[in-house]
Parts: sequence; C-alpha cells; structure tokens
Amino acid sequence: MNRVFPTQQAPHMPSPRTVRGVMLQVLYALVPGVAAHAWYFGPGIFLQLGLACGFALAFEALMLRWRGRPLRPFLNDYSAVLTAVLFALCLPPLAPWWIAAIGMLFAIVIAKHLYGGLGHNIFNPAMVGYVVVLISFPAAMTQWLPPREIAAWTPDFLDACRAVFLGTLPVLPEIDSVTRATPLDTLKTGISQGRFVGELRNSDLFGTFGGRGWEWIANWYLLGGLYLLYRRIISWQVPVAVLLSVVAVTLPAWLLDAGTNPQPLQHLFSGGLMLAAFYIATDPVSGCASPRGRLIFGAGVGILTLVIRRWGGYPDGIAFAVLLMNLAAPMIDRFTRPRIYGR
Amino acid sequence: MKTDPRELASSAGEQLHRFHGGLRLRHNKKISCQQPVERPPLPERLYVPLLQHRGTPATPLIKAGDRVLKGQCIGASGPRGAPIHAPSSGLVLGLEEGPIGHLTGQTGTRVVIELDGEDRWGALEPLSDWLEQSPDVLRRHIQAAGIVGLGGAVFPTEEKLTSGQAARIETLILNGAECEPYISCDEMLMREHPRYIVEGARMLRRAAEAERVVIAIEDQMGAVHKALDRAARQLGAGSVRVVRIPKIYPEGGERQLVQTLTGMEVPAGSHPHELGLLVMNVATAAATRTALKEGKPLLERNVTVTGNGVQTPRNLLTLLGTPVSHLIACCGGYSDDVARLVVGGPMMGVPLPSDAAPVVKGTNCLLALSQDDIRAPQTEMPCIRCGDCTRSCPAQLMPQDLHFHIRNQQWDALAALGVESCIECGCCDFVCPSHIPLTNWFRYGKGELRELQRERHAAEHARERHEARTARLATAKAEKAARLARRKARLADQDGRKQQIAAALARAKGGRRNRPEDADS
Repeated sequence: MNRVFPTQQAPHMPSPRTVRGVMLQVLYALVPGVAAHAWYFGPGIFLQLGLACGFALAFEALMLRWRGRPLRPFLNDYSAVLTAVLFALCLPPLAPWWIAAIGMLFAIVIAKHLYGGLGHNIFNPAMVGYVVVLISFPAAMTQWLPPREIAAWTPDFLDACRAVFLGTLPVLPEIDSVTRATPLDTLKTGISQGRFVGELRNSDLFGTFGGRGWEWIANWYLLGGLYLLYRRIISWQVPVAVLLSVVAVTLPAWLLDAGTNPQPLQHLFSGGLMLAAFYIATDPVSGCASPRGRLIFGAGVGILTLVIRRWGGYPDGIAFAVLLMNLAAPMIDRFTRPRIYGR
Repeated sequence: MKTDPRELASSAGEQLHRFHGGLRLRHNKKISCQQPVERPPLPERLYVPLLQHRGTPATPLIKAGDRVLKGQCIGASGPRGAPIHAPSSGLVLGLEEGPIGHLTGQTGTRVVIELDGEDRWGALEPLSDWLEQSPDVLRRHIQAAGIVGLGGAVFPTEEKLTSGQAARIETLILNGAECEPYISCDEMLMREHPRYIVEGARMLRRAAEAERVVIAIEDQMGAVHKALDRAARQLGAGSVRVVRIPKIYPEGGERQLVQTLTGMEVPAGSHPHELGLLVMNVATAAATRTALKEGKPLLERNVTVTGNGVQTPRNLLTLLGTPVSHLIACCGGYSDDVARLVVGGPMMGVPLPSDAAPVVKGTNCLLALSQDDIRAPQTEMPCIRCGDCTRSCPAQLMPQDLHFHIRNQQWDALAALGVESCIECGCCDFVCPSHIPLTNWFRYGKGELRELQRERHAAEHARERHEARTARLATAKAEKAARLARRKARLADQDGRKQQIAAALARAKGGRRNRPEDADS
C-alpha cells in the first residue's frame, strides 16, 4: 500500500531564529548596562523599567484586542518590552510614574499600533515616547541624580518608590544636591558661557573620558552591543557608522580647538550615544534595510546628534537624530539597493 | 587583476572567490555514507515515465504485450529532449497516467514493465576508441544514451554541449559540490568510482571541445579529493584538475559555483557557456563514460535514501522507474515518526504526495523527514526588516522588499527589483525570524509575473494584429482609390484621346476640303 504525505513546499528545515529570540537577545545584552546604571544611580531604574514594561504590555494588549489581532504571539514577542526598556533607560531614575504612562501611550499606541503594529512603524516607538515626554515635561525629565561616588545621597528602593509615586525627595542640608545637571548639560551651558572644556572637566561630574558613572554604563552597553554583533543579532553597519561618524567629526574639531570642543571620547561615552548606537539606531523596523543604507543611516544619526549637541536646544540630541533619520530611511533605502547578481 | 572573461574562464579554480550570502548548514551526510552503494533487489514492476528531462516527452516505441530487453530504447526523443530506455528486461504491461517523480511533481505517461527477473541485456554498442572519434560523434552517442544533467536540472546533456560549441568553451566544470544537507549520492560515487568520473570528464571535455576540466568538490571531502587525484594521475589526465571549495550553501548552484571558481557573475538571462564555461554534474560524467565505453544507456543512478524518517539510511544504485516505496522498503521501511517525503534536499527538495512515484533521472535523494526535522507550523509574524534575508541572499536581492511588493501585488515594481534572479535556494526563508515562507511567495510572484507578461504579450500581439489589419485595410482602400483614380484618369485620357482623334479627323477632313490642289485634282 502506498503511503501519502502532506506536501509543504521547501525549505523543509526549521528556522533557527524567532522574533522573540531576537528581542530576548537584545534584552540580555542590556543586562550589564542596566546593572551598572542601578549601581551608579540607585535602584530607581528598576522601578522605571517595571512601570514602563507594565504600561507597554497593557497598551499593547489593549491595541491588539482593539485591532482584532491574536494576543498571544504578539505579547510573547517581547517587542513591546524592548521598547519599554529602551524608553526607561533614557529616564531619570526618579521621574514620576506618569512619565512612563504617557511615554508608553505615545510609543505603543500612537507610534506603533496606529501605524500598523509590529513591523510597520515608521518611527522608533521608544524614541517617540521619550521625545514626547522630554518636550512636554522638561522639569521632570532633567532631574538627574549625580552618580554614587559623588552623591550626597543615593536613594534605596523605598526612597525611589516615594519619589516616583509621591514626588517627595528627602530634604538635604546643602541646597540642590539631590539632583544635578548631567555632564553633557554642564558642558553645553559652560561652553555657551565662554568657559573652556578643560576647566569644565575639572568638575567632579566628569570621569576619565566621559561623565563620571556614565562612562562605565556606556562601556557595559558597548560590551552588550559587541555580544549582539557576535551573535549577528544586529548588523555591524549601524553602530560602526554612528561611532565612526562621531569620531570623524569631533576629532578634527578637537585637534583644532580643544578649548571649546570636547574630545571624541567624551562624546562617545556620554549621554545616550552608546545605547543608541547599538540598541536604538539598530532597530530594523524604523531604520534602513540595505547594507549601504544602514551605513548612511548610522552616519546620519551620529552627525545629527553632534549638530544638536553643539547648536541645538538640548544637551543630547540622540533621540531627535534617530527620529529624523527614521524619516529619511525609506528614501535612503531606495537609492542604496544592492546590485543584483549578474546585473 | 584579470578582467577578460576568457582569461578568467581559463584560470577557473586557480583562485577561489566568495559569493554573496549563503549559509553554513549542518550537513547530516554521514548517516547515509556508512554502507557501500549496492543495487537493491529488482522490484516486480518498473514505472518508467516518458518525461524525465527538461523538454518534450519521449514518443513511446512499444505497446502493451511487447517484450523488452534491458537497454532497449522504448521512447524516442522528441524535438527537445532525450530518449528513454528499458531499465531491465520484461513484459510491457502498457502505458498509464501516474505520478512521474520530481520533475514537475505532477502526473504523466509512464511505461509499466513487469520484470522477468533475468535482467537480460539487449545488444550493446560501445564506441570503440572514443579518442579517435569526432566530438560530433561523441555528442550523438551521448544523446542516444539518454543522458541528461543528473544534478537535478535534467537538462539534456547533448543540447548543453551543442549550445556550448558555438561559444568555444575554455573550461568544463564538473560539479561535485553537493551543497544540500543529507544528500551523498555524488560523494559516494566519487569515492567508489573516481576513475569513472575522470574518464567521463575527459570524454565530456572532448565532446564539449573544452580546453580543460575542473572538478569542484567540497573542502570536507578529503577522501574524495585523494581518490580523484589518484585516478587522474593513473589515467594521465593532465587536463583534469580537482579543486576543493568551501562548503557554504548553495555553492553547488551553477551560478554560485561559477562565481566561486572564477569570480565572474553569469549575466542575468544568460548562461555560463557565454563566459566560456560549461557546468555539469559529476554523475553525468560517470554516465557518459558508461555510455561510451560500455555502450550502456542511462538506466540507473545513485539515490540517497536518508533522513530520520527511514530506518537505515544509505545509498542505492537504483534502476530508473523503481517505485519509491520499494526503495524505502529496502532501507528497512519508515520510522514511526516520519512526517514528510521529499525528493532532493531539505532546502530545495520537492515534496512527494505519495511514495507511488518512481525514481527518475533527476532523483538524487529521497529524504524522509521525521516530525523533529521539519519546520513545525509556526505562527507567521510580520516582517521586522531585520535584513537577515538580504545578508544571506546569494543572488544579492532584498527578499523583504520582494515580499512586500508581492503582498501588495505591485508586479512592475517586483520585476524591477529582479525577482527573476531568485534561484529559490531557500536561504532567506531559513533565516527569517518571522517565519515568512519567502521562497513560496517568490515562486508565486514569479508565476504571476510570467502570467502577466504572457497576457501583456498576447495583448500586444492582438494590438499589433489590429493595427496591422487597420493598416492593411487602409492600404487596400488607398490602393482601390488610387486604382479608381487611375482608371478615371485613363478614361479621361481616353476621352481626351478621342477628342484629339476627332479633332485630328476633323482637321484632316477640313484640310482635305481646304486644300486647293486636292480640290483641283
């Protein structure tokens, strides 16, 4: 008797990769950076991560139901969680709880689902959320703590809860010592007041090559990014282009006039640059798809960030740079298609 | 840097190049290489399809009730194709419609032969001293022996040789790179009969009028390399070289192999022979040797029966027309969790709906996959544009873009993006984290494009015919008008002439009247 078989088409081998797996790998790669963040700025970051993830999943579920999509595969793909984590990593650890709620509302509901959900969003959802709260609530978004080594006070988990949910900070003897400007902010204000970089860098806010504390968090992000490159989760073009373009622009400026231009390492290891280079600008959905396009995309992010840092109204311009390049991505892709074999 | 295609073609294999993308896959070949290749016991009946090649089906030369001998021609080659021979002796039961194996996955006419079990040969006509014969004679013999490309494309070998003849071939490439996982029939053939391949290589070189032969094998086939090298030395075949190439799927694809060996890309819509190269499978070379030296037409081939879905995977030297079920039974039958049966490898193989299909010239591997081996039905997620497909595509396409345009039915954009260059290797499909069946989409897209082109062509043809007809009618009308005008003019002319004549007559009359001398006389 002849046996009958189902006829699915080739290839017949199972795929080794899943969307969920890719997202999880990125999350794993962030672990050392997050741990360093918690070490320098207290456990408030965990609270922000938890809040953002909670809101993100809630909004995701709501929108999936509303759009009539299956819940399970999309809630399990960790894409909303990754958006939430990247968003939360940009927040001051003691930012009020509603910042996360509003940020995730814009990230998940508007930037992601109203554009068609996973795979269809034009803008990086985490950056949309971040930019909305950054522009709308500047006071809450600039309440950064100094790193542990120089802080008069580092909050424990309970302090963080009180600050996030009730908005109460402890009263300390010295004025304005709970929150302080970030290193990038200090540089920007200082240079605009005609002071020199060398002089500004004497402040205890600065470390060996970047901002104190910040430089080590960025180092751990870099390490995680290298892991992602090794596992081929992200393409090398974007981070390499971001970092190289920053060095290429800042190195000559620094060599010409070290007084008003910070050194390249200072740029690389402060603000969100390292995080953006490996985790945010590499978002495939809103970025370029062609290999050459990714180089251009990365270079654009790097250069726009510098332009905003130097001339813009914000100390760090990475989020704006990413969103602006998101706008340009389809056009870049159009002009950078690879040559087809034999044509 | 050499840039002249001729020079590059003549130095094929001296320097290796890397093609774009590709995958390093686990090859799973060992399981079927444990035992030597053997002939399975004869089945009761053979089902020999008349179409086992690319081209037109052969015309049957037998009818029900005929006795056939082994090697007897039972199907004459159509205008483009190859003849079919009886793989063993027996009684023709008739012609019937049925599954014909992998070529189209569809049904076709098959000659059913009930074997007498004696395996009696008909008259053999070996070519005495092939070295003395002209390439033309060699090609004719290759055609008469029904030899087609045994790598799976089953293109008639003689046709390929002839098409190459016009282009002057520098290098004949013998493809021994079995890039798909699981398949080991060529590796076993090269291991066990290296001399056949080297001899066949020399014959094909002469038939193709090529300068040299490069046999490309995978760098992991160490034993094969030694065996082939030794055979080449023993036979004094100086023009035959063995080259080991890195194992990156799909390096055995014709275009990828050409790129690996020469660094050249075969232009789209063109063939390697236009670059002075001819690519053939190693098994084709061995079949050529058997045909020319022993006079035996193509009646059997190595078939890998493998996968976790069979009890004892192995290679079998199988008569064409043997039912797949017979081969599986010879390998201990299916295992309990067999889930899919495939002809070919796991990346590009064609699924068989039933094991009633026979082994044909293009059947290199029967892969019985267990439940664990196959792609479980996974939820398809939206494309996240990760670009893994672009990175892996050996045709340098952007599969995600193609997929997007197929889904949106944007056929012109799809054609502009070069979907026709897709070789359906399955790399993009394999790496896609969203589990989008990309290869299937591309097959569909190509089909739609071809249909559209056919329609457009038909419409264009109709338009041209309509225009031609309008033009023809217009010319006819104009001609008619012109004819009428001419006739009118002629009539008018006649009138004029009449008047002239009348006037002349009148003048003449009048003249006569007025002439005084006439009047006088």
